[in-house]
Amino acid sequence: MLLLLLLLLLAVHLIKSKIKSKIKSKIKSKIKSKIKSKIKSKIKIMKYLYYPGCSLEGTALEYDISTRAFMNAMGAELVEIIDWICCGASAAEAVSCLLSLSLPAINLAIAEEMEEIGDILAPCSACYLNLKKVEEKIQEDPELLKKINIVLKEKNLHLHGRPRVRHLLDVISRDMGPQAIRSRVKQDLSDLRIAPYYGCQALRPYAVFDDPESPRSMEPIIEAVGAKIHRWDMGGRCCGASLMNTKPEVGLMLVTAILREAKGADAIVTVCPMCQMNLEAYQKKASSLYGEDLSLTILYLPQLIGLAIGLPEKSLGLELNLAVAQEFWDKLEGISKRADER
Amino acid sequence: MSQPAYKEKNIPIPASDPLTHIREMVQACIQCGTCTGSCPNAFAMDHTPRHLWRMVLMGQIGDIFRSRTFVLCSACYYCTLRCPRGLPLTEAMAALRQIAAKENIGMHRQSIQFYKSFMDSVRRYGRVREAEFMTHYFLSMKDPFLPIKFAPLGMKLMGRRKIRLQIPLKGEGGLDAIFRKVEEIEDM
Repeated sequence: MLLLLLLLLLAVHLIKSKIKSKIKSKIKSKIKSKIKSKIKSKIKIMKYLYYPGCSLEGTALEYDISTRAFMNAMGAELVEIIDWICCGASAAEAVSCLLSLSLPAINLAIAEEMEEIGDILAPCSACYLNLKKVEEKIQEDPELLKKINIVLKEKNLHLHGRPRVRHLLDVISRDMGPQAIRSRVKQDLSDLRIAPYYGCQALRPYAVFDDPESPRSMEPIIEAVGAKIHRWDMGGRCCGASLMNTKPEVGLMLVTAILREAKGADAIVTVCPMCQMNLEAYQKKASSLYGEDLSLTILYLPQLIGLAIGLPEKSLGLELNLAVAQEFWDKLEGISKRADER
Repeated sequence: MSQPAYKEKNIPIPASDPLTHIREMVQACIQCGTCTGSCPNAFAMDHTPRHLWRMVLMGQIGDIFRSRTFVLCSACYYCTLRCPRGLPLTEAMAALRQIAAKENIGMHRQSIQFYKSFMDSVRRYGRVREAEFMTHYFLSMKDPFLPIKFAPLGMKLMGRRKIRLQIPLKGEGGLDAIFRKVEEIEDM
């Protein structure tokens, strides 16, 4: 009898421990699969439907080149939107309201039809705002969506209203983050003082990823690449946009004010082709008009990060920039020389 | 009171009041002047933005379209962001531009032609081609000095192969159907 009881106890104990180990292994495998799926979903997030926009095919060629090189180095995939068209820039809104919404809507509708799924990525702030405006407006106003779809029918397209539009700076600062950039830094840029310039339309009117009054989203990124920040309050000021063409005397004053405040920095970093062009192309004119030296290096943000993570200059299109001062090259050379000596 | 401002020279008399839509946009304006204080280009304007909204509410069509205020808006969206009444002021500025473009108001010809040449290029190719659109713009302005002003930058950009010279085309374009449909809806 006693023996039987002992045996029974033993059996119960055995079963208990088996169940325990089973539960343990189950929890372990669950955690493992969770981590796996998390990594997978992160990889999924790193795919974007790329909308370069007209400027990046022309005057801002180096913005396109450096964005692609940088995104590739960070392990993100860019799928260009098939047969995209002009977003209307600042011109469509000056001619017709419905046209200024229909042109971006065509691109959103094409993006919706694509096999790949991902956020729409626009490096140009004007493109970003035009696309984003449609995304925002059709959510509040279904009548407007109907109207837009009547226009889109001419191209056999239909917009449902699902796409999410993101600015390049938003993707760099929130999807990638400074940590991921810091871990890839190969070149020490601690000798450089960088003035972050955000411009207007990436920040306003839609406050998505930064403070539209005093933007700071670029600062952790500049710190991550090891450079110093030139503190100023011109980061979100207007560069004059297309006034440089239609009212150049006014545009030039705005650009001069920005360049003047950037004195002491080694470069201004931009995230918009219009800002970049206005800041780099009229330095001589502004300098002679105001009788002071206003020349300064102007880079696109992915160009700066690209230099830090060791991408070759050619792959960043640096030879295409209109304003890279000799002093900037000298500093870069000094930095890489010191690295070689070490 | 003297006769309505739009009866003075240069300003065409619109069939219906084109300001109705814009008046609705700024109806709740309390004339606080935050827009003027926020505008980076107010220093160059003949009427401040705050003043312009008052003129819209008063229906002073002639004075509004003789002013260069709305042409000087660079769409920085500071006023829209800061307006305590939450009014879409940048859009209202654009709406004034649209009327000026539609009515082809003489004194704003340069701005109007610039944007129209741009959009014509988009209509033809789907994407803007800088050299081609600028050629159209120069031709439409008939000002022999205008191209010279843009020449230094143009040469720089061509040297870097960022823009290519192109013979300007006329005729049917890829986005004609879209543009036509928009015009049709807006004329309704």
